[in-house]
Amino acid sequence: MMDATTVIFYILAALILGSGMLAVSTRKIFRAAIYLLFSLTGIAGLYFWMQYEFLAAVQIIVYVGGIVVLIIFSIFLTQTSGMDMPAALKSRKLFAALAVICGFLLTATQISQHGFVGSGIQAADTGVRAIGHAMLNTGEGGFALPFEVVSILLLSAMIGCIVIAIKNPERS
Amino acid sequence: MSPVGLNHILFLSSALFFIGVYGFLTRRNLVTLLMSIELILNSVNINFVAFNKYLYPENLDGLFFSIFIIAIAAAEAAVAIAIIINLYRSHQSIDVEDADSLRY
Amino acid sequence: MPDTRVILILLFLPLLSFLINGLFGRKLPGSLGGLLATATLFVSFLLSLSAAYSYFFGSVGITGAYETLIPFQVTWLQFSESFSINMGILADPISMMMIVVVTFISLMVHVFSLGYMKGEERFATYYSFLSLFTFSMLGLVLSSNIFQTYIFWELVGVSSFLLIGYYYQKPSAVAASKKAFIVTRFADLGFLIGILILSYYGKSFDFVTLTERLVPAASTYSQAAAAAGFLGISALTWALVLIFVGGAGKSAMFPLHIWLPDAMEGPTPVSALIHAATMVVAGVYLVARLFPIFSLACPGALDVVAWTGIISALFAALIACTQTDIKRVLAYSTMSQIGYMMFALGVSGYGAEEGLGYMAAMFHLFTHAMFKALLFLGAGVIIHYVHSNDLKDMGGLRKALPITGATFLIACLAIAGIPPFSGFFSKEEILLSAYNSNYTIYIIALITAGLTAFYMFRLYFSIFWNKPQVSANEHKHEGTLSMLIPLLILAVFAAFSGFIPFSSFVTSDGIPFETHLHLEFSILPVLLSVSGIAIAWRYYKKPSTVPASVSQKTGSLYRTINKKFYIDEIYLFVTKKLVFQLIARPAAWFDKTIVDGMMNTAAAAAQVFSLSISGLQSGKLQHYAYYFIGGAIGLAILFIYSIA
Repeated sequence: MMDATTVIFYILAALILGSGMLAVSTRKIFRAAIYLLFSLTGIAGLYFWMQYEFLAAVQIIVYVGGIVVLIIFSIFLTQTSGMDMPAALKSRKLFAALAVICGFLLTATQISQHGFVGSGIQAADTGVRAIGHAMLNTGEGGFALPFEVVSILLLSAMIGCIVIAIKNPERS
Repeated sequence: MSPVGLNHILFLSSALFFIGVYGFLTRRNLVTLLMSIELILNSVNINFVAFNKYLYPENLDGLFFSIFIIAIAAAEAAVAIAIIINLYRSHQSIDVEDADSLRY
Repeated sequence: MPDTRVILILLFLPLLSFLINGLFGRKLPGSLGGLLATATLFVSFLLSLSAAYSYFFGSVGITGAYETLIPFQVTWLQFSESFSINMGILADPISMMMIVVVTFISLMVHVFSLGYMKGEERFATYYSFLSLFTFSMLGLVLSSNIFQTYIFWELVGVSSFLLIGYYYQKPSAVAASKKAFIVTRFADLGFLIGILILSYYGKSFDFVTLTERLVPAASTYSQAAAAAGFLGISALTWALVLIFVGGAGKSAMFPLHIWLPDAMEGPTPVSALIHAATMVVAGVYLVARLFPIFSLACPGALDVVAWTGIISALFAALIACTQTDIKRVLAYSTMSQIGYMMFALGVSGYGAEEGLGYMAAMFHLFTHAMFKALLFLGAGVIIHYVHSNDLKDMGGLRKALPITGATFLIACLAIAGIPPFSGFFSKEEILLSAYNSNYTIYIIALITAGLTAFYMFRLYFSIFWNKPQVSANEHKHEGTLSMLIPLLILAVFAAFSGFIPFSSFVTSDGIPFETHLHLEFSILPVLLSVSGIAIAWRYYKKPSTVPASVSQKTGSLYRTINKKFYIDEIYLFVTKKLVFQLIARPAAWFDKTIVDGMMNTAAAAAQVFSLSISGLQSGKLQHYAYYFIGGAIGLAILFIYSIA
């Protein structure tokens, strides 16, 4: 008899994998974006299920609210949506499936053969306050340096996208 | 302890990873390739969080890794979309088969 | 003790002039480059005079001997604690004497060339080469280390090569420069091997250290060198003989002399400087530099020097009698006189009166530099005037070229050994030392002395008398002042340098001694010389058929001598027929088919392979991704299942 958490996990897993598969296989690009949205939301649910509420919130804000919207915008900019995308070659599909199945079987075998042993220590506080302290802590267990590095990365990515995507008046 | 163990979550994440790989290998539209990459990144995130949760609950390293990966994924998506738009402008197409001028 | 700075400056001034003329020579207006080179050399000459003066007339050591000084030395390559190649300056009587000779003759040639080479297109290049040569020659004579000697030795060879090939439009000059370079390089191979053997046993490259270690027969070094051997000859002898081979190549000793006559293709002042006065005596200098080792540790090698010298002297004198090219006669005469110096070293002993031959060789080197440079520069004026090298085109020039004629006569008298000209004194000392040591050599040397007088005056009479005299021509001048002044200066030295008491400066062990003129001994050589001159007078003063008929009668003998004993032909036979056919051709075949074949096969295989896989570089992103993922999975399977 399964308890509620198990049921919830399986529902989330089915959502993630099902919409993920549809996202990579549908020939309507806009639908693919929406399926991706569902899949990402499912992953956010998984984070909730693992009681990492902050991460789940970040997942929804950044992925669902940011990246997927960005993708949808780019679809609008580059594509006549609603039309079917050209299908991939049969042989390509076959070989890709073969490689993917091989890889999955290998990984699955390894996972099932390996017995993971948890440390069994009391779980750390995963509240926003604790995360915020760790994020800006420069001492042991602090993440101030990667935080700063990522902020520089984001800045340069921002500048980079503007430079790359800007319309060059001389060229056109 | 929930009967859903670490193994289940790892199966889930590796399945998601290979779904992303499959999409990356078969899709021809660059935007959908980007979506596949997002799926791959998310499967990795799930792994980090799951290992953090089940094996080392006293630390927050996996969590922070995930947060940074999300940030990097956002940057990557932005740059990738800028490239796609630029490519569309110069080639009038975002089909990956058409972008093959870098060859022998 | 000479000032180190003076020596360093006089050494590097010509290098500076070489750099200036070589780099900016073409941009300098007119003959400024030549004047600059001449001026720097003049300073160099004054400095070398002052260095030599302070060496010879400064404080003589307590022993009363001229010491060997090393005023400057730096370690260049340190191989081990006790073994290194150094760069240094060595001051001893012969090096001090040589820097004066080199800078003096070089200065004369520089001045002469201002007139002789005027209007040449590559005037500055010529002067840069001359400066390079002077620098290298000074470096050679001043080096304190046999390896350093070798470096400058090769530099001298290079500048000789460049100057012989100065008229590079002429195929014969190109061939001559290549011949000189290859023959001397071939000899230098012996020199290099000799250096390696010598330094292997002496555990040093420094002349002073080598002498200290190898001369005492009881020292461990010389015992090791004497014990080791090859073909029944000790390693030390091999080393010295091989070094002498290098010296023989540079000094054009038989049978490595073949390059010297051809080297006359270079400009005549160059012949005067390099192929008469300075570079070709480098071999003599080298033997003198290593003389204590030769003389005290290995008399066998010294015999080789003596016999090579005397054979070359006679051989070259015989050939010189038959040649009709003025510069070739002088070239063979040079070879003959260097043979004189060589055998004088060869018959010499070590120390005081025993070392008479050593001192005589150095003395002859000095006087020979003066009169032979004078002869060559005179020949330069003559060639400049008649535009030909051939004796047939000359004759009766004594009125047209009065100064040249007079100075040429002085030089001829000097080389013939007529008292009181300089050659007489040095030659007498050489003959005396030969007489004291080896009678056979003495007899051959006497014959050579007679022949020398004959062919030199044959040359003199053929140029300046023989035909009805050419009167002074208004349109043709003897030459510019810059050409005639060196002749006059050199003539003074050719005439009077014999009175320098050489034995009080240059001796084998540094201790001065007195030489006496033995009148009764001098009679025979002088008589021989005079009779040689008389024969030349009889048959060449006026046009005569006798020389032609003599050559007719002697037939094949004359032809053999005129063809230089067919040595060139023997070399050609050995190289073309034997070396090229039997060694070079199979080697070329091996190189072309096996070595190149391997390379070509490898290249072709790489090309075929690359063509077959270049399809992988398709430009298709997903192909790459597929290879990558397939490869990653494949490797994962391989590592997990095959290694576990």
